[in-house]
Amino acid sequence: MAKYVIVGASAAGIGAIEAIRKVDSTGTITIITEECCADYSRPMISDLVSGKADIQKMKCRADNFWTENNVDARLNKKATSLEIAGKTVTLEDGEKISYEKLLLATGGKPFVPKMEGQEKDGVFTFTTMSEAQRLAEKIDNTHAKNAVVIGAGLIGISVTEAFVKRGLKVTVVELQEKILSLLLDSKASDMVEAVIKKAGVNFATGQSVQKILGRPDNENAVGGVILTKGEQVPCDIVVVAIGVIPRTELVAGTDVKTNRGIIVDNFMQTNIADIYASGDVAEAYDFILNQNRLLPLWPLAVLEGRVAGYNMAGQKTTYEGGTNMSSLKYFGIPIVSIGNANPKPDDTALEVLTKFDMENNIYKKLVLKDNVIVGMTMVNSIDRAGIIFNLMKNRVNVKKFKQDLLRDDFGWAVLPISLQRKMSVIQ
Amino acid sequence: MKKIVAKQEACMGCGLCEVYCAVAHSKSKDIVKAYNSEKPKPLSRIRREVNKPISFAIQCRHCQDAPCVTACLAGAMTKDEKTGQVIHNKDKCMGCWTCIMVCPYGAIIMDKEGKVVTKCDLCKDLEEPACVANCPNEALVFKEVKS
Repeated sequence: MAKYVIVGASAAGIGAIEAIRKVDSTGTITIITEECCADYSRPMISDLVSGKADIQKMKCRADNFWTENNVDARLNKKATSLEIAGKTVTLEDGEKISYEKLLLATGGKPFVPKMEGQEKDGVFTFTTMSEAQRLAEKIDNTHAKNAVVIGAGLIGISVTEAFVKRGLKVTVVELQEKILSLLLDSKASDMVEAVIKKAGVNFATGQSVQKILGRPDNENAVGGVILTKGEQVPCDIVVVAIGVIPRTELVAGTDVKTNRGIIVDNFMQTNIADIYASGDVAEAYDFILNQNRLLPLWPLAVLEGRVAGYNMAGQKTTYEGGTNMSSLKYFGIPIVSIGNANPKPDDTALEVLTKFDMENNIYKKLVLKDNVIVGMTMVNSIDRAGIIFNLMKNRVNVKKFKQDLLRDDFGWAVLPISLQRKMSVIQ
Repeated sequence: MKKIVAKQEACMGCGLCEVYCAVAHSKSKDIVKAYNSEKPKPLSRIRREVNKPISFAIQCRHCQDAPCVTACLAGAMTKDEKTGQVIHNKDKCMGCWTCIMVCPYGAIIMDKEGKVVTKCDLCKDLEEPACVANCPNEALVFKEVKS
């Protein structure tokens, strides 16, 4: 019996623990994770492959995090079923753990479409530390030279950069015509693509992999791929990085309501009392779209977990919402892109402001609706992006100064004094 | 906690706060050496903003509920519950720029090499932050404020 049971020990689980302990210093907490190592920075797994980070650096909380917070951390344990009436979670080894409050922070799993040859040695997904370790070992042990990455989203580009740093030749296969298409408009996407191409990476866009081939000397090991247009690309490694899907299997067949992910309210509670969900498994509120959706992003998972934690511990807290928001560091081209940054051109309700500085290769874009910022992209000049993000988050009407937002010297000084005072920028 | 407060009406926009901040965070702590020979050049963590006739300086506000701490992908940004300071650990930083994306003050900056971020540390080894100590018109004040 634990007062609080959390399934999943990544961002959302950690956020929940920190919140619970702010309110309740003694209630027992049990956290269950399938992974052998918890509280590591998942976005840093590409640095593990490139050699830039080791496991110690990847730890995103202090070494004494679990003991300091008095958490019973069950590593290498899989929760296999949930009994709502009895308020019990059963583990694979048969152990039953009963709870007063339950948080489902089970995250996502990589989506792998059916491809001929996908069972071959050398096909990887890329969302966990152990996968990253196996990938690094594969490169070390087999002197792999060529890799194919399927999917040009955040995960695909991050693993591509790691491969390039390890000296591999990479071909990125992307079904869409543009890379990072969920995040960037075509202009920004082209800017990034140009930089990545310069690093020696090939792109095959508008295509997918129809077949993974074996090696002439070993049919069971990856030797290449055939793309949908027929081109054959030799490789030693294939990484499938198309996206993640919520891990809802624990609630399958129960009364916990799901759509694509687990449905939650603004307190991160599911339709069942005392059962909460947060992170990549939950459909949480998007303040730009004004609806709940899947947003599998680390910072949002922490925030959602925190809200769940406060509510589980009895401190009523509302989730303010997040939106599609990412910063990119890859290949030395810093980017921030948030919200509806790539609207359909025929959406007449929106106003789009852009600025391109060709000499410095800087691109800035704002998307406004009724003079409120609903989307933004900044490429190669991101230093003050947070100021604009907060105008967006706080729904500030920017009518009087919207052109100033794209100025090269943009900062707090160009914003109205009333706002400066409200945010205590000045006295 | 004690924070650096900007008095806009007293700021002349001279930029000395930036100079002294950079020197205080240089290797040599010597203004001539810092500017002439250090590589990478020391970086100011305070930013003078000018929009005539208004000017003021801005740096990390060590927010009570700091968005950068929550958003940090690496656990490099932490809140010291005892002092109230937001502390950046550059050895943990992975340079993902998420903190830059969420900082409402635009007070977190990339270092010169574009590898990690840096920000105001309130000159923890000095009696008073260098920007405050060297502001010629007392436009920066280090004082106790409600956090």
